[in-house]
Amino acid sequence: MKAYIRSAVCISPQKTFNSEGFLDEILRYNGTRLTVIEPDYKDYIDPKLARRMSSIIKRGVAAAKKCLEGTGIEAPDAIIAGTAFGCMEDTITFLTRMVEMNEEMLPPTAFIQSTHNTVAAQIALALQCHGYNNTFVHKGISFESSLFDALMLLDEKEAHNIIVGGTEEMVDVSFKVLSRLGLYRRQPVSNLDLLKAEAKGTMGGEGSAFFLVTDQASNDNLAELTAIKTYYQPENIGQTIVDFLEENKLTTSGIDLIITGRNGDIKNDAVYHQVNSDLFKDNALASYKHLCGEYPVASSFALWLAANMLKRQEIPQAVIERGSKERELKRILIYNHYQNKYHALMLVSAV
Amino acid sequence: MNSTVYIAGLGVISAIGNNVAEHLAAFEQEQAGMGDITLFDSIHKHQLPVAEVKLSNRQLIEMTGLPERSSRTTLLSCIAAMEAWDDAGLGNTSGLRTGFISANSVGGMDKSEDFFVEFLADNNKGKLRNIFDHECGSMTEIVADKLGIKDFITTLSTACSSSANAIFYAARLIRNGVIDIAIAGGADALTKFTLNGFNTLMITDKQFCKPFDQNREGLNLGEGAGYVVLVSDKVMKALNKQPYCMISGYNNSNDAYHQTASSPDGTGSYLAMKGALQKAGLQPSDIDYINLHGTGTPNNDSSEGIAVKRLFDPNYPPMSSTKSFTGHTLGASGGVEAVFSALAIKHGLIYPNLRFETRMEELPFEPEKHFQSGQNIRHVMSNSFGFGGNCTSLIFSAI
Repeated sequence: MKAYIRSAVCISPQKTFNSEGFLDEILRYNGTRLTVIEPDYKDYIDPKLARRMSSIIKRGVAAAKKCLEGTGIEAPDAIIAGTAFGCMEDTITFLTRMVEMNEEMLPPTAFIQSTHNTVAAQIALALQCHGYNNTFVHKGISFESSLFDALMLLDEKEAHNIIVGGTEEMVDVSFKVLSRLGLYRRQPVSNLDLLKAEAKGTMGGEGSAFFLVTDQASNDNLAELTAIKTYYQPENIGQTIVDFLEENKLTTSGIDLIITGRNGDIKNDAVYHQVNSDLFKDNALASYKHLCGEYPVASSFALWLAANMLKRQEIPQAVIERGSKERELKRILIYNHYQNKYHALMLVSAV
Repeated sequence: MNSTVYIAGLGVISAIGNNVAEHLAAFEQEQAGMGDITLFDSIHKHQLPVAEVKLSNRQLIEMTGLPERSSRTTLLSCIAAMEAWDDAGLGNTSGLRTGFISANSVGGMDKSEDFFVEFLADNNKGKLRNIFDHECGSMTEIVADKLGIKDFITTLSTACSSSANAIFYAARLIRNGVIDIAIAGGADALTKFTLNGFNTLMITDKQFCKPFDQNREGLNLGEGAGYVVLVSDKVMKALNKQPYCMISGYNNSNDAYHQTASSPDGTGSYLAMKGALQKAGLQPSDIDYINLHGTGTPNNDSSEGIAVKRLFDPNYPPMSSTKSFTGHTLGASGGVEAVFSALAIKHGLIYPNLRFETRMEELPFEPEKHFQSGQNIRHVMSNSFGFGGNCTSLIFSAI
């Protein structure tokens, strides 16, 4: 099962949405949290409608519409979203009012927009898409689960063009709670130093990356998503990766760049260091979470990155962790793990 | 690729019973599960009837052996998933790939809303163990660990069609050869969050709900869990047991009309039912019973009814909403009603639509009023529709 990535749109803490450049002007943040640069939504959403939408909904609708720009496709055959936490802003709003107003006189808007499938639903509404609509909410593999569904739908010939994305919003309450749970650094840090000086905790992040995946070959395609697989508590991740490559008739020497999910947390990164110094010891390495922060669907940022690198044949300086001599970019392996429980591999190839 | 997917095991818990046998008895006795709120304090106590599972968290913890801090959603999920797994009696499954595909709509909200009261007063307060498993995926992970499943785990959430989509997805995973066996369905516990949410929409009935009745006023919230064990052709052949039925059709379509309201002509539900029939290679006249989504809200039942009319007129199969027994179990309803659909085929049952009195003026048909057994039920359609216009129809067929 594979698919072409026709377009990729990313809303992130970096200038990824409207920029002609490709991560050539990196934004520095000092703190423990990175927040997205909100696009000007009026190009994509009627301001009257946008006023009632939380950020995660606006981002999804804008990104999906931008995915279709210039493709000649008015509406996809299916829409699939991945989000671990869903519409947090609306959830928190409704919870707060319920407690503060003692269950009386509550306005319904926040509740009706709080369900996890609101983003995919609002994209369907905006595009008048009556096709398959699904939302995966499984922690750190929410995005990969969505992509896997998309690949199956294409393989089943149930759809030819699918909007699929990973989206997460970090609101103050979730940041506070996740901080108390010990996910983030205790002291402010520069995101550009996050991976250089590992410590306990990472930086919180958020973002929305959407893709138009298709079974149609075209010179306009950015890349091919050749394979994707998720693993729950694999016994030996090194062997798991070797097996995955073998299933795709590859060894590490056939991979031109490996993008890992390093996030600057000592425990988290130990898993990557082990494979980077062993299995991947001769490979060029890239990392990205110092640009977007850590969040359950952060690997969607990595897929946006990989698709663009393959199309442009260019590796932005800011993501290079260990370089190699100049070579053509044909295959990129994205390896991400979530709290060392869920591991995911995506193989992306040039077209 | 097009191999048949069978249902080999069933598990269900709701306000009318803690297992399959108790549900069958409740249906036969036409005994609804609604009553007063007992699970939490609420200004809606004695005002809005709800359909609670008749077991406390303490009892559920004892039955499952899960930790003290567990969300009620996890506990309900675990009970029904374990029943389904035991019922399937697959024995040694080594060498086979097993998945747990589960769904819920608000994750561990029952615990999160407790946390939030203290947190709101002071952001450094609130017991972290009450928020730790807030994510929808946590419920699935904990139950998968309990069942010892790790080959394929994922969680779906599409509001009230969630677990119908989980079953649909699991069937596709088997058809595509990704896994051989799946426990699929979903769970949702009653929470203050959802109770108040539905109440703000003014679609809750202060009396016991009356689905598909001209004078219906809304839904009663319920809670529960329902799971089916799906197996591939290969697994079924090795089993010394007759499966309940097979999954012959499924479809998800989007109404693309409004975030919560259904379109007046039932576009999404019509497309879902039509697509499921096409997938199954069946005609409307082949359907022997429809388990309606039938929430009892004026909008849903009108929209769903019009869609049924568009597709089935003039020959209507028997149909009913079992939410008149269980209340609306939200993200669990598709799983709970899939279990009822499989039982309808196995035992030849048609479930009554309780409290039905007056036919809806826009519809030329009405639901079944009494429990019937010994019927020849070959094909059952089960509808599940959710917020965001998410419409799913499943078709279960006798073998």
